Amino acid sequence: MPVAALLEALRGLYPPQRLLTGRAQLVPFESDALTAFRARPEAVVLAERQEEVVETVRLCHREGVPFVARGSGTSLSGGSLPVEGGIVIALNRLNRVLSVDADRRLAVVEPGVINNHVTRAASPHGLAYAPDPSSQSVCSIGGNLAFNSGGAHCLKHGMTANHVLGIKAVLPDGEVVTLGGQSTEPVGPDWTGMFCGSEGLFGIALEVTLRLIGVAECTHTLLAGYDSTRAGGEAVAQVVASGLLPVAMEIMDALAIEAAEASVKPSYPKVPALLIVELEGERDVVADHAARLREIIDASGAREVTVTEQIEDRALIWKGRKSAFSAVGWLAPDYIVQDGVVPRSRLGEALGEIHRMSEEAGIRVANVFHAGDGNLHPLILFDGRQDGALHDAEGLAGEILRLCIRLGGSITGEHGVGVEKRSFLPEMFAEDDMELMRRLRTAVDPGELANRGKMLEPTWGPDPDRTGEDPGAGSSPNAVPPAAGARA
Amino acid sequence: MSVVVDRVEALRDAVRSGPRVLPHGAGTKPALSTPTGDAVPLDVSGLAGILEYDPAELTLTALAGTPVARVSAALGEHGQYLPFDPPFAAAGATLGGVVAAGTSGANAFRHGGVRDFLIGMRFVDGTGRLVTGGGKVVKNAAGFDLPKLMIGSAGRLGVLVELSFKVFPRPEATTTVIADLGSLEAALGALAELGRGPLDLDAADLEPPGTLVLRLGGARELLSSRAARLLGALGVPGERLEGEADAARWADVAEFGWVPEGCRLIKVGVTSADVPGLDAVLARAGASTRYSLGANVAWVAWPRDARLEDLDGALCTLGVAGLLLTGPPERPLLGRTGGGAFAARVRAAIDPDARFQEL
Repeated sequence: MPVAALLEALRGLYPPQRLLTGRAQLVPFESDALTAFRARPEAVVLAERQEEVVETVRLCHREGVPFVARGSGTSLSGGSLPVEGGIVIALNRLNRVLSVDADRRLAVVEPGVINNHVTRAASPHGLAYAPDPSSQSVCSIGGNLAFNSGGAHCLKHGMTANHVLGIKAVLPDGEVVTLGGQSTEPVGPDWTGMFCGSEGLFGIALEVTLRLIGVAECTHTLLAGYDSTRAGGEAVAQVVASGLLPVAMEIMDALAIEAAEASVKPSYPKVPALLIVELEGERDVVADHAARLREIIDASGAREVTVTEQIEDRALIWKGRKSAFSAVGWLAPDYIVQDGVVPRSRLGEALGEIHRMSEEAGIRVANVFHAGDGNLHPLILFDGRQDGALHDAEGLAGEILRLCIRLGGSITGEHGVGVEKRSFLPEMFAEDDMELMRRLRTAVDPGELANRGKMLEPTWGPDPDRTGEDPGAGSSPNAVPPAAGARA
Repeated sequence: MSVVVDRVEALRDAVRSGPRVLPHGAGTKPALSTPTGDAVPLDVSGLAGILEYDPAELTLTALAGTPVARVSAALGEHGQYLPFDPPFAAAGATLGGVVAAGTSGANAFRHGGVRDFLIGMRFVDGTGRLVTGGGKVVKNAAGFDLPKLMIGSAGRLGVLVELSFKVFPRPEATTTVIADLGSLEAALGALAELGRGPLDLDAADLEPPGTLVLRLGGARELLSSRAARLLGALGVPGERLEGEADAARWADVAEFGWVPEGCRLIKVGVTSADVPGLDAVLARAGASTRYSLGANVAWVAWPRDARLEDLDGALCTLGVAGLLLTGPPERPLLGRTGGGAFAARVRAAIDPDARFQEL
C-alpha cells in the first residue's frame, strides 16, 4: 500500500501536530471555496519550510501518491480540492516575506503569504502589489500564481502572471528549478509565464519574485446609476473606445446592490445597474481624464452620478464590491459563481442574453463583474434543499459558459478551470490544442501526481466527488458534472 | 536551400518532413533567424496580413509575418498603438519576429512588454500540428499559457502563424527630457526614485555613464508642466525635446542607430543592482551599451573581435541572461538562462522529434 509507506516516511519528516490523519482533522481540508465538491485526503501535512515541501514531493513521487498544494483554500473552481487516496500539502505556514527591495521595486515571498500582506510590506516604501482578487485579505500568493488570479484593477495592471518575475519551484518528481529572475524583461522562452496559471499541474512554487508598483498620487472614483445593465455595459464600451485607460470598471446589478447593502452597507444608489469607474495617476492627468470621463458618462444616460477622491469613501465602495459574492448569501441559501469572458463590445448583448436565459429558466441571476475587460461573474441563486435545484442551476451556468464561447470569449477570466469547468475546456479548444496540453502535463509529470484532475481530465485514478451524492461514487472516473456550484 | 511558405498547410508539411527548419520573417535579428548545422531557413514572411481589428474592442489579430509597421499604421488611424514599442519596425521587423525574439522597446516602460500584450496565438508545434493558445479577449485564464512560452522562444519551440494582441490608445503627444546626472551611480539612484512615482514615464533610458533620457506622454496641454515637474524632481538642468525632435530621438533608439558597425547586438535582462558590475565588464571589452526600461534591460553592442565566451562567463557570474540578436549565428542564449529540467521537459513535449534547432 503506497500510502501507508508514504505516511510512514512522512512521520519521520513532520512532528505529529503537523501531520494530520484523523478524520476530524481532515474535514476542513475536504473542500475549498467550491464547496459542492468534496474529497477526503489520506493526510494533510502543514509545511513550515521549503525543504519540507521538496522532501514531501519527493516521497510522493517515490510512492506514486498524488498530492495537492493548498494555500488558503479560496479557489472558486475547486483548484485545491484533494484527491482521494492522496495527500494535501498545506502551505499557509510557509508565509515569510523574504525581502522587499524598494529601489528595484521587488518583493520575494513564500507561497503562503496572503495577497494583501505583500502590499502591507511594500507600503512603507510607497509601493504596492497590483493584483487584487476580491479575496485578497485571505487568499495566498501561491494560489494566485497557480490560477493566474485577476481582480478589479487588472484592467490596467494585468493579471498575476504579469507581476511574477521569477519562481523557485519543485517539479512533481522533487527536482527544484529556478525560472526567470528579477528583471521585468525575460530573456529566452518565458518559463515563468508558462508556469503561472498552470493550476498546480507543473509542481509547487516555493519562492516567488513579485514586481511592485508605485502607489498612484491620485485616485478618482466615479459611481453612476443606469436603468439596465445593458445601458451600463454600453457606457463601458464608450469609455473603452474614448481612449481613456481607467484602472477599473465594474458593474453591479440591482440584486448584487441589494446584497451588498444588506451586508456591508456601502450606501450605493438604488438603481437597476451601478457602474464604478476608477482613474489613477498624476493629479493633473487624473483631473483632465476625470473631466473627459464625466462628459462620456453624462451623455450615456446615467443618473445619480457621484465622484470621490477620499480614501474612506473609496474603501467603502470597494468593500461593497469585493464582498458581493459572499453578500449574495443574504438573498439565497446557495449560489454558483461563473467567470466567463466576452469581447467588451458584446457586453450588452451578453447581459441581455443572460437575462433572457435567467427568465426562461425561472432562476434568479445576480450580476457583478469586471466590465472593463468583459469578465462576467453571474451569480446563479438557488436553494440546494429543493430537489433538482442544483442541477438546474448548473444547467444554466453551463449555458452561460457556452454563450461566452459562442461570442468569442473564454470560460474563465481569473478563477481558473479547476474541476469546475474541466469539461468545458475541450469546447473552447480544439483536440490538437488539448493534445498538446496533455503532452506538456505528462512530460513534466508522467505520474499525474501534482493536482491530478484539475484543468485536464485525469487519465487514471479516482476522480473528485460531489457533496450529497453517494460517497462511494468517488472512484468512478469522470463523475464530475458539467459545471458545479459553490454553496454560500 | 530555403523553404518559402505562404500557406499554413505548406508550413505544416515543412515542419513534418525534410530537414530541420528555422523560421524567419524580415531577418532583422539575424543571429536568431540564421540556421546553423543541418537546419534550413523557413521563410514565413508570406504569411502576412491583419485578420481582425476592432478599434472599439482594442484587440488585433494578424498573421505572424505581418510587418510591425503595417500594424502600427492601421492602429494609428484610430489613435491606437502597440504599447510595447517593438524595435526594428522601420527595418521591417515582423510581429512573429518580435514575439519570437521577445523584444520590447524603450516605450514599453509605461505599460509593459510584449508578454503583457500578447493574448493569444496559433503556432505549428514540432509534430506539425497547428495549435491555439490563449484567445482573443483581453482576460483569459483557460489552459496553459502557451503565448508566454512562445515569447523569446526564438523559433526553436514552434513556428508562429497568427498572433492576437491587446492594444491601447496612443498618447496624444509626447515630450522628452534629457538630463546628465554626472555618474552611473547618480543616474541609477534617480531612476529608482522616479520608479516609485508619482510621474508616469513612457520611457526611462540611461545612456552611460550618467545621462537619463526620459519620455512623458499624454494630453498635449499638460506636457510642459509635467516636464517641468520631472526636471524639478531630477534637480539638475536638462534639455527638452518636442515634436519631430522627440520622435526622431526615439525612432533612432528603436532602430539601434547607436550600435557601432561590426558589433553584435545582445539583449541582457538586468536590474539596477547588476548594472555597475556589467558596466565594468563591458568597459573592459570596449563594448558600448544602453540601459532601458528603467535599467531592466541592457542593450549591449559587443565588438565582433571580442570573445563571446567572456561575456557569457560574465553574465553567468552576475546571474543574468542574454540573447544574441545580430551578428553571425551562435548559440543564442548567454549567461544563466534557468528553466532547468522544466525547460527540458516542456521542450521534449512540444518538439519530440527535434524538428527545431536547439536553443
